Amino acid sequence: MTFESSRDPSGVTILTVEGQLIVANRQELKQLVGDALDQGDRKFVLDFDKTAYIDSSGLGALVSINKKVREAGGELRLSGLNEDLSSLFELTKLDTLFVIADSATEALAGF
Amino acid sequence: MVIDPSMESPRRPAGRDHFSLDLATDLSQVGEVVEAVAACCFAGVTATTRTRFRLCTVVAEAVANAMVYGNGNDPTRRVLVDVELHQDRVVVGVTDEGEGFDPAVVPDPTDDDMLESECGRGIFMIRRLADAVSFNARGNTIWMTLPRC
Repeated sequence: MTFESSRDPSGVTILTVEGQLIVANRQELKQLVGDALDQGDRKFVLDFDKTAYIDSSGLGALVSINKKVREAGGELRLSGLNEDLSSLFELTKLDTLFVIADSATEALAGF
Repeated sequence: MVIDPSMESPRRPAGRDHFSLDLATDLSQVGEVVEAVAACCFAGVTATTRTRFRLCTVVAEAVANAMVYGNGNDPTRRVLVDVELHQDRVVVGVTDEGEGFDPAVVPDPTDDDMLESECGRGIFMIRRLADAVSFNARGNTIWMTLPRC
């Protein structure tokens, strides 16, 4: 399993990405968020605390998910990016597109 | 994942400091390929987290690009991953069976009008994470040089 899903008491869906987010599993993540949106969920935290690396298709999936959530009137936050992943977001300038928190706890507190 | 150290490389003969992977086009295998390459590259050396991250990311990127854009997701087409191990660095070559592309005309994904695009970051990321990047004339092979420790 590469994704772990849970729900905060306040109604925020938390998806933890384990291992990597790459071309092989990005569709699964998009599907998970799409299904949650269909069920009425609007607040999401994607936590990367257990993520080793992300490829460009994984980043593309995050861009796509962010758009879908936003279009549905929801909000997506990212958390737990280590130093390497943070640098990836900075060099691609995707850090300007996302709300990024140090931890899932911090991301949840901001909702 | 089968690693064949005896496979003849298009660049140089096989040896103990060289290995190759001959892969079918199958995106579900990319993660396993990355793990296999990383295990061989870092066997016997103490690599930093940053070094592992860089290698894993660019290998995932190059193999996925080869399968999707090079081979058009055609499962009958092959991807060759060719790895040269040096004491302080590793050179990874990835070759597909496509027509190739011109790396000079890849758009900058950090331009404002590209920022929300779902694709187009692969070559950009490889160029920034690898120490050196080159292509063959046809544009269907990429070589990436990275540190090993």
